[in-house]
Parts: sequence; structure tokens; C-alpha cells
Amino acid sequence: MSSEVKYTEDHEYVRIEGDVATIGISVYAQEQLGDVVYVELPEVGKSLGKGDEAAVVESVKAASEVSTPVSGDVIEINGELETTPGTVNEDAMGKGWFLKVKISDASEADGLMDEAAYNTFIEGLA
Amino acid sequence: MAQNNDSSSDAPLLRTPLHDLHVAAGARMVPFAGYEMPVSYPLGVLGEHLHTRDKAGLFDVSHMGQAVLSSKGSIAQQIEILVPGDIAALDAGHTRYTQLLNDKGGIRDDLMITRMPGEEGRERLFLVVNAACKEADFAHIDSSLGDARLDLLDNRALIALQGPAAFTVLEKLIPGCSEMAFMSWRAVSWNGASLFITRSGYTGEDGYEVSVPANNAVSFTEQLLADDAVELIGLGARDSLRLEAGLCLYGHDIDETTSPIEARLAWSISKRRRSEGGFPGAARIQRELHDGTTRKRVGILPEGPAPAREGTIVHAQDGDEIGIITSGGFGPTYGAPVAMGYVLSEYAATGTKLDLMVRGKARPATIAAMPFVPANFYRGK
Repeated sequence: MSSEVKYTEDHEYVRIEGDVATIGISVYAQEQLGDVVYVELPEVGKSLGKGDEAAVVESVKAASEVSTPVSGDVIEINGELETTPGTVNEDAMGKGWFLKVKISDASEADGLMDEAAYNTFIEGLA
Repeated sequence: MAQNNDSSSDAPLLRTPLHDLHVAAGARMVPFAGYEMPVSYPLGVLGEHLHTRDKAGLFDVSHMGQAVLSSKGSIAQQIEILVPGDIAALDAGHTRYTQLLNDKGGIRDDLMITRMPGEEGRERLFLVVNAACKEADFAHIDSSLGDARLDLLDNRALIALQGPAAFTVLEKLIPGCSEMAFMSWRAVSWNGASLFITRSGYTGEDGYEVSVPANNAVSFTEQLLADDAVELIGLGARDSLRLEAGLCLYGHDIDETTSPIEARLAWSISKRRRSEGGFPGAARIQRELHDGTTRKRVGILPEGPAPAREGTIVHAQDGDEIGIITSGGFGPTYGAPVAMGYVLSEYAATGTKLDLMVRGKARPATIAAMPFVPANFYRGK
């Protein structure tokens, strides 16, 4: 199945495969955070609106909220992060994903940045 | 991903003499107390923290305020009208931790006072105060002590070298410093520069704080960094190290509203000062020493993996609000979340079970003794 990755200005990513969105934080975000020591994930079945707090990621220094860029019900969470939160640093775009939602409104992803636009965006932050 | 950063004013940031060295080392620079300071280096907060406990960490703390206070009379006695510490009893070459108090016995700042050897008939004290308070502190000291002279040492950097390898590293540059006792002080000459060396720190580890003339700061730092045991450490790890060591951070764990007794700093007030008083807020402090306080600073260990940050409300198990977390995070050496805060004194006993209200959910925690990681100070042979 083809997949498409989009990004928010708050450095969440959403990988869309059919009607399922996998949400995590970008490589840039994990670099900015530093060593992740704790990730709090929502319960499966929870209904999230676009922009709702979906998870919390904590480094030694600080806690950061992760919002969902698209609305939908949580269908799966990455339970491995509970015991190995450092996976977010090692493989943010892969094994370090946070949660999956069943997308309720596919058009919500239209306003997000694609990879090229996001790379330009973070270059502008330096 | 939204992060809650401490905001700061738009005033231009000051730089320490080591600024370019930090940038060249790849530091992430952040605004802190009016300065552009390194919060972490490429090693990362976790790695920097663990390295300091394992070998030696070098911290640029040049933003802190340094000054020499002197007078023709006994400056050690004179400053006792501002602080509850026993400064008159301090011998030359020794350092003491104390607090500048307000009239209500609250803490204006905490500081280190060293009695320097006298010079030209003047008794001298070397002061090191917190960066965010330094202007107010020095104005307060200057206006309170009439005939004393306060010389600000703005032209000096302050470099901390902390960790079990600190003494072997510094001994190579400064022979004899490995024999210094904890909380002792020496002035030494290094390559023609006058250094002030205190065996103390803010990590719970053995180590030193070295005051270096600004012009010599880079070469001195580079010589220390040439040792394989030494890594640059940022403010992020400085905070997690002091939290594990159970040490207060001014403006968070202590402030104008907390007394040294509530903050459990009574150990820093000698028997003579307790009975004689003669410092701001003495009546409150003497009363609190006698009757106890309604709240106390305590160590708190969250039971689960979620850190409880500053501002987290503490509940008793019956749901009553009984306190607040003033510092909290993950303890890299402890290997789990650690916190400190204030609770009502009836809940302050070690082992008391509590709930921490993190993101609206009650999470179990226990009152625990501090430090969370055993201190490793050098007490002499």
C-alpha cells in the first residue's frame, strides 16, 4: 500500500496508509528534545479531534505535548515505548511511532506540509 | 509538539568568556538569567549527567555573580546582619553555604561565602551568588553595609569541574589541589593568572569551582578539556545532577516566601546564630526552629515511570491538596523519576504515600530521603 508522510509546524508527523494514520514526532523534534525518558500514550478506542493532545513525550529536561494532526479513533498504540522510550530517538520515523488512528476526515491532512515543505520549514528555524 | 519553555525578556543576552568555545563544541545555547548559556552539547543531557557521575564534567557557570566584600573592621561580623550563617567563625580559606534573608525570614538568594586572607588591614570575603539575583543581591549588600567595600569581579569566569576524576585532572594543572578539604578555598597562580579554587559544587560529587580571570578562561578550560576524562556539561545536566543530589534551585525550591527552616536548611545555621539571632526574620526562624513549620521541603519519588514536573499538585491519599512539586524530572543515575517539593508537615515523614496530580490523573508517589544518589564529597584523608 502506498503511504504518504505529512508534517505539522509543531513537528508531529502523520503517515497515511488508506484510512489509517500513524502519528509520531519528527527526527528534528527528537533531536530538539534530547533523550526521551517517558512517553504517555492514549487508550485504544479514545476519540481524538484534530489538534487534541494525543500523547506526552518527556525528556530529562521537559514534557511536551503531541497533538494529533487528524481526527479519528485510536486503534493502536506503540506499547514498546513504555519500556524503551529511547526508540523515539533512535528511529523516530519508524519503530518510534506513537499511535495509529482511523481517519474520520481525510481532507484534514491536506493542509499539512509534505517532506520537502517541512525540510524547508525546519531550515528556516535554524 | 508543543513545548513549555521558560520565556525571557527581549533584552540583548550577555555572553560568558567561554561563549565561542561552547558554540564550537556544538552546544545548544539558550537564554538563561540574561545570558546565552549552553543547555546541552552533542553528548546530550543523559550522557552528560552520567559522564559527570562517572568521570568529570566541566560547567561554565560564569553567569553567576562573584564579588569581594571587604572592610577595615570585621566584615565577617558585619555581613551576619544579612545572613543566618556563622560567618564570624569561618577561618580564612574556608567556605560556607548561607542565605540572604528578607525581613520576613524568606530567602532573597542563597550564596557561598569564603573568608579570604586579609589584605592591607582589610578583612575580605569572597561571595558567589545566583546569576538571576546578582544585581539585586549586590545592591542590597552594598546599601546595607555602610563602610564596607564591594568589588564586583565582572572580569572573572567561573568554571566548575565535578565528578570522581575531577581531583586527578585538576591536580595536573594545580599541584596540591587534590589535598584540599571539602568547602576549603585557595588562591593560586596559574600561568601568571590568579585563580580562586573552592572544593565544592552543585552535583553531589567531589569537585571544584574555579574563578579565573576572563582573559585566561579559554586557555584554562582548553587545558582541562584536553584530559580524556573531561566533557563539557550543560545546564540541563546541571539541573538533573543537583536534583538527584537534593540541592535547592533558587527561584524554584526556595524563594522570598520560603524560610530556611521550611526548606530544611537549618543545618546551615549554627547554634550561636540560632540563639543570638541578629539576622533578618530571626524571630520567625527562631520560632520555627522551636515550634516546627506547617510545611516542609521533602524528596518525592513517583512510583510509575511518569516524571512529575514543577507545579504538580500533591494530594494526600484521601484527596486533600497538601503540597506542590518545586523541582521534578527524570534522574538519569537514579534511573527513574525524582522530585522535590513542599508538603504539610504531617505528611513529610519518609515513606508517606501520596498522589501526584499529573495531567489530571492521581499517580502514586512516596516521600523519600534526599539525596536520591549518595553524595561523594571529599572529606580528607
